[in-house]
Amino acid sequence: MSSRRDFLNRSLGGLSAAWLTLRSPEILAAAEHAHQAVRTHAQRTFVFFTPDQASEIEAVAAQIIPSDGTPGAREAGVVYFIDRALTSFDRENQDLYKEGLAELQKRTAKLCSPAKAFSQLGRTQQIELLQKVEETEFFEQVLIHTVMGFLANPEYGGNRDRVGWKLIGFEDRFFYEPPFGFYDIDYEPPPEKE
Amino acid sequence: MTKLPQPKFGAKTAVDFLIVGAGAAGGVVAKELSTAGFQVVVLEQGPYLREGDFRHDELKFQDIYDPPYVGQPALTNDHGRQPNTFRKTVQEKAARVPVVGYGRCVGGGTVHFTANYWRFHPIDFIERSRWGPIAGTGFADWPVTYADLEPYYTKAEWELGISGLAGASPFDPPRSKPYPLPPLPVKSSGVLLERAAQKLGWHAFPAPMAILSHPFAGRAACVHCGFCEWFGCEVGAKSSTLASVVPMAENTGRCEIRADCYVREVSTDKQGRVNGAIYFNAQQRECFQKAKAVVLCANGAETPRLLLLSKSSLFPQGLANSSGLVGKFLMLEATAGALGTFEHPLNEYKSVQVTRVIHDFYDSDPRRGFYGGGGLDARFDFYPIGFALWALPPDVPRWGAGFKNALHNNFNRTMNVFAHTTALPLESNTITLDPEVKDAWGLPALRVTYKNHPDDLKTMYFFRDRALDLLDAAGAVKKWGFPVADVAASAHLMGTCRMGDDPATSVVDRFHRTHDVPNLFIVDGSSFVTSGRNQPTCTIQALAYRASHHIIRMAKTGAISK
Repeated sequence: MSSRRDFLNRSLGGLSAAWLTLRSPEILAAAEHAHQAVRTHAQRTFVFFTPDQASEIEAVAAQIIPSDGTPGAREAGVVYFIDRALTSFDRENQDLYKEGLAELQKRTAKLCSPAKAFSQLGRTQQIELLQKVEETEFFEQVLIHTVMGFLANPEYGGNRDRVGWKLIGFEDRFFYEPPFGFYDIDYEPPPEKE
Repeated sequence: MTKLPQPKFGAKTAVDFLIVGAGAAGGVVAKELSTAGFQVVVLEQGPYLREGDFRHDELKFQDIYDPPYVGQPALTNDHGRQPNTFRKTVQEKAARVPVVGYGRCVGGGTVHFTANYWRFHPIDFIERSRWGPIAGTGFADWPVTYADLEPYYTKAEWELGISGLAGASPFDPPRSKPYPLPPLPVKSSGVLLERAAQKLGWHAFPAPMAILSHPFAGRAACVHCGFCEWFGCEVGAKSSTLASVVPMAENTGRCEIRADCYVREVSTDKQGRVNGAIYFNAQQRECFQKAKAVVLCANGAETPRLLLLSKSSLFPQGLANSSGLVGKFLMLEATAGALGTFEHPLNEYKSVQVTRVIHDFYDSDPRRGFYGGGGLDARFDFYPIGFALWALPPDVPRWGAGFKNALHNNFNRTMNVFAHTTALPLESNTITLDPEVKDAWGLPALRVTYKNHPDDLKTMYFFRDRALDLLDAAGAVKKWGFPVADVAASAHLMGTCRMGDDPATSVVDRFHRTHDVPNLFIVDGSSFVTSGRNQPTCTIQALAYRASHHIIRMAKTGAISK
C-alpha cells in the first residue's frame, strides 16, 4: 500500500501526525455527545470557541467549501463539528487553533487594516489572505476538519440536513439494487469463446 | 444459530489446544480442532464485537492503516498503545511510525477486509524451480504444492461462503468444485474493466469474493450497502471468521473464545515443550492459561514478535528460533494503481468494492527483464471524507469553488484500477523487537526493517502502466497514477516464520509444526515462503484447514504429546 500511502501523505502535507493519537473510545464519546446535543438542541452553543472565534473559523471554512449557489461549509454547520472535535477526540489540536486564530488576526490587521477580524473582510480579501497561509499547519488542519465536518455522519454535529452528502451525490441508504450506475445498465456478459 | 452455553476452562486445567489470535487462521483452526473433539481456548487481543456493533460511520470505523487514519482502531491495532518503529536498513535508527495494520477483534482482518478471495496459482509454490535463483534473495519453492492445498481451498470456499465463477478466467487454477455461490452483480467499474480488457486482448473475470451473493448457511446475502473495506458487515454477509466458523466452533461446546487478552509470552517447561501462555486480560491483569499444545495464529508481524518475546534459557534467541530466521523474510503488500474519471455516473460507492479482476499478468515473464507478477482489479475504496481528501485529480485546487465543484462532479464518476504485485523475500526485511520503544503493556514495540527489492518496484511500475492502459481503453476522460515507492506500511503480513523441510532454513515444517518445539504450531501469513500476488487471505485459510487436518491427525496418534 506504499504508493497510496505516500500519495496520501503528500496530499496531506505534514499533518498526518495529528491523527495518530485518535482513540476509538473518544470517538465513541464524541458520537454520544453529538447524539445528546441533537436531543437537547445544544448544538447551537460552543464549548471550545468563543463566539468571535467561531465566526472566524466559520469564515475560513466557508472559503474552503463556499456557499456558491448550493450549501457549503457554513450551512453544513462545520464550525459546530470542529468545536465538538476540539473538545472530544481531537483535544490535542486546541493549541494549534488558538495560535492559528491569533496569527490570522495579526495578518488581518497587518494586510487589511482597519479590519480587525478575518470574517469582516470581503471574499476577495479573504481568499488572498488564505492563499498566504495555505501551507501552514493551522490551515491544513482547518481544511481537514472542514472536509470531515462537511461529509461525516450528521450526528457529529456537521453535515446538517446531509448537505455534504447531497452535494457529492452520496445517498445514505442501507441497501441498493443493481443497476448501480450508468455503465452497468443493460449489462451483457461477453460472449463465451470456444 | 442458537448458541450453546460457552465453556469456561480453568487456568490450571491444561486444555488440549491454546490458540493465539481469532482471525483468518485462528478462527478456522478453532473450528476444526473443537469439531474434532478437542478442548480449545482462543486468546484474542481485541474485543468480541458483533454485527450490531458495526455501523456506516466513516469517522469511527474507516480503518486505513496509512496515515492519517491509523489512529482509529475500532477494528484494528491501535498504534497509540501499540507503537511500531520503522527503518529501511539496519544502519538506520528506527523511527516511531505506524507500519503494520491488522484486524484486532474476533474475526481479525477478515472482519474489515475487502474480501478479495483469490486462490494462489500452481506457479506460486514452485517459482524458484521455474525461474531459478534470484541473487540476494530467499526466493524458494514451498514445501507444499497447489495440488496439496487444492482440497483445502475448496473446503474454505464451501465452508466460509465464497462467491465467484469457476472457469471464467482462462488463468483459473484447477479446482475440484465450483464456487458455492454465483458472483455478485457487476458494477459500472467492472463493466468498464471488462470492456477495456476485451479491447486490449486481456481477460476480466468476476471477482471471487468472500461475500455472500445469496443466503448461505443461515446467513443473509449482501445488501450492496457498499461499506465492506475497512468496515465490519452489519448483516453478516461478509464471510469473516466472525460470521462463519467462530459460531461453529462455539457451538461445539468445547471452544472458549477469550477476547481482550493480549499474550506476552508462550511459556515452556524444562523439556523445551510449550505448556501455555501468559497474557494480560481486559483489566490488564497478568494471567496464565495452561495447555497441552499451542497454535500461534497472531499474524505475520505479531507471531514472530511473540516468539522473540518468549525468550528463555532453553531458547535464548527466542522460541522456535534455532534457525535465527524468526521475523526474517518479511513480505509486505506491494501495490500499484491509477484513478480515472468518466463521463457518466458510476456510483461506485454502492455495493462491494470489487467485481472484476484481471490475471493476464499474473505469471512472471522473463521478457519483461525482471521478476514479478500480479493481478489487477477495478474498485472504488473511498468513502466521502477519504474521497474528498485523497481521490481528486492532482490538478484540482485543494479548497475553494474549484474544490467544491470537483467534489460535486467526481464522487460518482471515479474508479480505481488497483494492482496487487509480488514482493521478493529478503532476509534483511524483518520484524524485530525495538530496543527502546515500549507498548502500553511495557513490552518492546514491533520494529520493522524493510526495503523492497528493485524488481518489486519494477513490477509496480509495470502494473501502474497497465492500470493506466485499462483506464484509457475504458474511455476515462481523465486518469492519473499513484506514485510508485518503497513499501513502508502494510496490512498484508507475510513470511516471517517461513515453512520448509530444512530446520536450518525454515521455522515450521510442511505441517506447520515448529522444527524446534514438538507441541508448538504456527498457522498464519508468517508461514508464507513467497508472497503470491499479495492477496493472502484465501491461502492463509486454506493453509489453516490443511494444518488443522494434520494437527488433528498427529494429536489422535499421540504424536504431539510425545
